[in-house]
Amino acid sequence: MSIGFVMLVHNAFDRAAAVARHWASHDCPVVIHVDRRASHAEVRAFHAELAGLDNVRFCKRYRCEWGTWSIVQATIAGVEMVLREFPEIAHIYLASGSCLPLRPVEELRHYLAARPRTDFIESVTTDEVPWTIGGLDRERFTLRFPFSWKKNRRLFDRYVALQRRINFKRRIPEGLEPHLGSQWWCLTRRTLEAILTDPERDTYERYFHRVWIPDESYFQTLVRKHSGQIESRSLTLSKFDFQGKPHIFYDDHLQLLRRSDCFVARKIWPQADLLYQTFLAPDAGRTNRAEPNPGKIDRLFSKAVDRRTRGRPGLYMQSRFPNEGWENGKTCARYSVFEGFSELFENFETWLGKTIGARVHGHLYHPDRVEFAGGEAVYNGALCDSAPLRDYDPRAFLTNLIWNTRGERQCFQFGPHDRQQISWFMVGDPNAQISVITGAWAVPLFHSRQSFVDLRKRAAHLQRVEAAHLDILRSPHTRARVRIWSMADFVQNPMEPLQIIIDEIAPRAQRRLTEAPTMVNLDGFGQFLQNLKNQGMKPYLMGDFPVGDDPHPAPRQTSKPYLVK
Amino acid sequence: MGIVSSYRLRIQRKRWRIRAFRKRRELKKVALRTGSIRADDVLVFTTLRNERIRLPFFLKYYRDLGVGHFLMVDNGSDDGSREYLEAQDDVSLWTTEKSYKRARFGVDWLNWLTRWYGKGHWCLTVDVDEFFIYPFCDTRPIRALTDWLDASSIKSFGAMLVDMYPKGPIDAVPYRAGQDPFEIACWFDSGNYTIKKNSRFGNLWIQGGPRARAFFADRPERAPALNKIPLVKWQPGYAYVKSTHELLPRGLNLVYDEWGGEKASGALLHAKFLHTFVQKSAEELTRRQHYANSHEYRAYNAVLKDDPDLWCKWSERYINWRQLEILGLMSKGNWA
Repeated sequence: MSIGFVMLVHNAFDRAAAVARHWASHDCPVVIHVDRRASHAEVRAFHAELAGLDNVRFCKRYRCEWGTWSIVQATIAGVEMVLREFPEIAHIYLASGSCLPLRPVEELRHYLAARPRTDFIESVTTDEVPWTIGGLDRERFTLRFPFSWKKNRRLFDRYVALQRRINFKRRIPEGLEPHLGSQWWCLTRRTLEAILTDPERDTYERYFHRVWIPDESYFQTLVRKHSGQIESRSLTLSKFDFQGKPHIFYDDHLQLLRRSDCFVARKIWPQADLLYQTFLAPDAGRTNRAEPNPGKIDRLFSKAVDRRTRGRPGLYMQSRFPNEGWENGKTCARYSVFEGFSELFENFETWLGKTIGARVHGHLYHPDRVEFAGGEAVYNGALCDSAPLRDYDPRAFLTNLIWNTRGERQCFQFGPHDRQQISWFMVGDPNAQISVITGAWAVPLFHSRQSFVDLRKRAAHLQRVEAAHLDILRSPHTRARVRIWSMADFVQNPMEPLQIIIDEIAPRAQRRLTEAPTMVNLDGFGQFLQNLKNQGMKPYLMGDFPVGDDPHPAPRQTSKPYLVK
Repeated sequence: MGIVSSYRLRIQRKRWRIRAFRKRRELKKVALRTGSIRADDVLVFTTLRNERIRLPFFLKYYRDLGVGHFLMVDNGSDDGSREYLEAQDDVSLWTTEKSYKRARFGVDWLNWLTRWYGKGHWCLTVDVDEFFIYPFCDTRPIRALTDWLDASSIKSFGAMLVDMYPKGPIDAVPYRAGQDPFEIACWFDSGNYTIKKNSRFGNLWIQGGPRARAFFADRPERAPALNKIPLVKWQPGYAYVKSTHELLPRGLNLVYDEWGGEKASGALLHAKFLHTFVQKSAEELTRRQHYANSHEYRAYNAVLKDDPDLWCKWSERYINWRQLEILGLMSKGNWA
């Protein structure tokens, strides 16, 4: 009982020779198919390198092109030769020139000896295959593919489209159920002989001649007809990326490959000296009966595919600049925007920071200067407090800030006297929590005691800006969590809205607000609004403040009414 | 993109190529060793002037990455750069006394050299103070990268410029020839970059970093561009347009993903801010051979006179490429 290898080689001949020598010297016959396209000099050198080994043979050469029948033809030539010339072997292992054995041949031999009738070949029905490239799965078997995908992509695609349109279907030969799977398998002599002596073999070969990528379907389909015991997985570790090309292993994968306990890995970078040295070393003998476990490698590569196709949410960089709507997260983490709060409460920022333990900035979009928390001139990621730099790209400023402070909740103040360009971006961002007390911008004006002529103009301007901003917040495109209170409503009962906001920011904290922020003195605010009206302006965003009936904020009088359940 | 604008770009590309062809006469051969270039070598293309002190480490760095040959243009050095390079076995050297500015900041010369010698090779076009970093560069040679790019049918590879600076005054610690410049200038800005898309050429326009922060805080639109596409599998019709910021045909500029994914990308660590910089920027002011009337150098001079420290509390200290990848400045893409 022994294993025979069939090797398909088209480049990196020195490495292929080393691997073939490794197997041959461990008493495993090797039949090598060399691509017809390889140059004479290369082939001659290759032959010379393997000259001394009597269990290495070279089979008839075909010109192999990816995705075509020629690869199956080459495989069959190799298999026929190995079956004919080495009658003692029981399993045939199909490998390529860039395969590398990871475990001693002895272990593979034991493994197969314990499973003498099992065929190891990934063989999945077309309905179950998620990894087909170009959307062709079942159609691989029912359309014709006379044009090369690599050389005449356009013709290939058009011909496929044409056949789809006229509803062309090839008939699949009687008795075959199309299956797909990895090209690299390990089959028993019995199964292979049954496949090669099938009375219908000519029919099948004619049929598969025109199937797309038959090397992934010829044996995978026929084995279903002839094998008694299929283990639908490949013994060769081979991972494909999202374009359907194999991942390549390098020297730094050494530990990963060792721990995978797979028998053979593909594909190895030809210059990976360390891998070849380590795994082809004569004293690599360990007694290890572990099952192959490619899980770790699977994770590594599926993470790579995920990074390539979905990327890191909220990251904008030189090789990830998503079109609008394709960001997969406009920003990378949740953040809160407070509008009107710092006007209505004394030291609101300090209070908020203490309550939720987040980073609370002032007005980040202040026209003069970015008000970072603590009055910093430079912030995480060396973001600068310069207003022109921020206004040069307000979106990038925000996405950078959120990205740079991953892991720490950011809160900032916003209002009608700030730069407004960022509004649309925040509103469309599900990560934004925007809480607005409308009309609170009037409070600082009320305290400023300036002449009403100046105040009126300023107030009218701020009201216009805030009204436009509110329109944006209420637009149907809003994806942010937006809450809007008029100032009149808010001062009646400020604790309840605050509790809602805080609970949403830190849901697990279950913190009841024990200390309310101090509201600024609003005595005479109603009269102030009336005076504005008398000047000819109509302040409406703050809600209704009757003259003389100054609001007395609830938390000052009663103790936490919301606590009562 | 319509037929008209695409035809215009074609005309423009032809124009740069003709210009490169004309400018070839300005280059005089000093040492021609291009015969030793092997078919699969990665080539480095560089223009320089008076960079003798940087050359030993520059050559060593790229030799260690596995670069096969250097093709360099010396623009009238008088500090021994030329003699030094002439003596290197893997350097082919041309020299010229002609205007750097009129050769569009060296682009014409390099377009000519890449066209003549770079065909079919992976060509890395860098300045002497730019050090190429790519995913796994500490464990895999540059051939691993280019083989992977070939296998993935990728023709160009982006690497953003990351300005490195020392802590304290720029000229506090003098740089010695052969020394790793990042022993001195090991700090960088990690997250203050802005990106705009250039609809004409399809490339991204990246600005920011310490130069925008310190020199252009009130005129951010004038901050220098940091996007670069230095590594290209060169074909005869290609041409760099402006430094290595953008190329034609424009498909080569698509080194970024627009559908949410990340393509693989690298970085060019920029060792500009060493003690040599202060002197150099003063000199460039009088020479006026740099981009946009050397406005960049005027800004540097104005700031550096008073406070020559670019370091701030949030500067990051450079460790390795993995750090840059975690910070989001570069990406492994689907290379694992």
